[in-house]
Amino acid sequence: MGGLRAAEQLRGAGWQGDILLIGDELHPPYNRPPLSKEVLASKHQPEEALSSVLLRQRASAASLTFRLGEAVVASNLIDKTITLASGEKLTYAGLVIATGIRPRRLHLPGPASGRYAVRTLDDALTLRQQLTPGTKVLVVGCGFVGCEVAATALSLGCDVHLVEGSNGPMHRALGPTVSAAVRDWLLLRGVQMHTGSVIQEFRSAPDDDGGLRAAGVRLTDGTEMNADVIVEAVGSIPNTEWLQVNDLDLTDGVNVDNHLRVRGAHAAVAVGDVARYPDPWTGGLPRRVEHWQGAIDTAKTAAKSLVAELTEAELPAPYSAIPSFWSDVFGVRVQGVGAPHYGTECRVIEGSLAAIEDGVAVAYVREETVVGLVTLGLPPGRIIQLRKHLREPIAELTPVQLTTS
Amino acid sequence: MKIWVDRNICDNHGQCAIAAPDNFTMDDDGVLQYKEDFSDDELEYIEDAIDVCPVQAIFLKGEQ
Repeated sequence: MGGLRAAEQLRGAGWQGDILLIGDELHPPYNRPPLSKEVLASKHQPEEALSSVLLRQRASAASLTFRLGEAVVASNLIDKTITLASGEKLTYAGLVIATGIRPRRLHLPGPASGRYAVRTLDDALTLRQQLTPGTKVLVVGCGFVGCEVAATALSLGCDVHLVEGSNGPMHRALGPTVSAAVRDWLLLRGVQMHTGSVIQEFRSAPDDDGGLRAAGVRLTDGTEMNADVIVEAVGSIPNTEWLQVNDLDLTDGVNVDNHLRVRGAHAAVAVGDVARYPDPWTGGLPRRVEHWQGAIDTAKTAAKSLVAELTEAELPAPYSAIPSFWSDVFGVRVQGVGAPHYGTECRVIEGSLAAIEDGVAVAYVREETVVGLVTLGLPPGRIIQLRKHLREPIAELTPVQLTTS
Repeated sequence: MKIWVDRNICDNHGQCAIAAPDNFTMDDDGVLQYKEDFSDDELEYIEDAIDVCPVQAIFLKGEQ
């Protein structure tokens, strides 16, 4: 999606030359958030599933050229060339890096078969076939994807076990206090939670083809669990291998400046999950933000920066979009703005964490300033009203809205 | 052109109200309200709102 939106924004920024979009997936750009929710729960044929998630393209996208199903395997940012898997070499004037992330997989003893991850449409369609009623599903990892897959699988009648690993549900995005409330909610809805230990190895069983499949796990605390299906949702790895040998900083994504220009290269920008940029919402600390909306927001600034560099025009304002994210877990809408994880404490400003289904709003505070806000189970208008308190003193929320939890 | 939101798809995420607050608002019940008509200088923000709609429910009539 970041690539498509950047290409459209290049047109919007006045670039009139050819624009080529290269992607390793065969499908045109599509929307990933439904993959762990609606698509996993749907009974659509693959073509219908694809059309349900295809991204609508702007009229200007008619002038773009797509090369789908082709991976870029190497690059030379000085000669301005990229190399495709076929060996074909292409020359460019400007480069948008939008190669995103792939799921991190567990490298532990045991068979690879019987283990799934959800990142692509094909991943979701493959996993979906396994989620029949009564199936014992073991989800490893409890970030947004893990929690969403667990909730979807349970709604399909599966027996769902969630291995939290080192931290609780959505811990990284929501912090420990709210994470504990989400855990209670998942437990209440029937997900079986396994806390405090990680997987040591996969247990194996014969599969239908005479080979072996992963049929369970052994945890570090000695617990052994059987499973029909194992879903790994243990984070991501930025797709930057094709950029190696360019002397770039590829530590956790592509290091870019506050105009999203790749540091150490000319006429190259990065967008979306793969870009590690100085985020003004976390004190300027460089970080990657894997929120859906970030791909759209970064595409806009990056396209303007690239066109400015290519035409020697004035750069756009530094990137400063407010990070924003959402999730749905068993009908509870989670919405966040700012950088909740950057807060050193959190305060409930509406409702109670003991009943998130009734609606609760939480402010994340650092040095008495609101740095992030999260609502759970509230109408979406609330986060939009509360959003204006970002970067304001928490005290200003106190008189009218601060209630005790 | 006019703004048209497919209410069968709209999930009231509210992202449009952030991108183009002059054209989209969320009412006290958390339901999207919007104005069909807009001025030329609002188009850029409306296009942003179309992009940031997680369920792609916003259309410009006449554009399809």
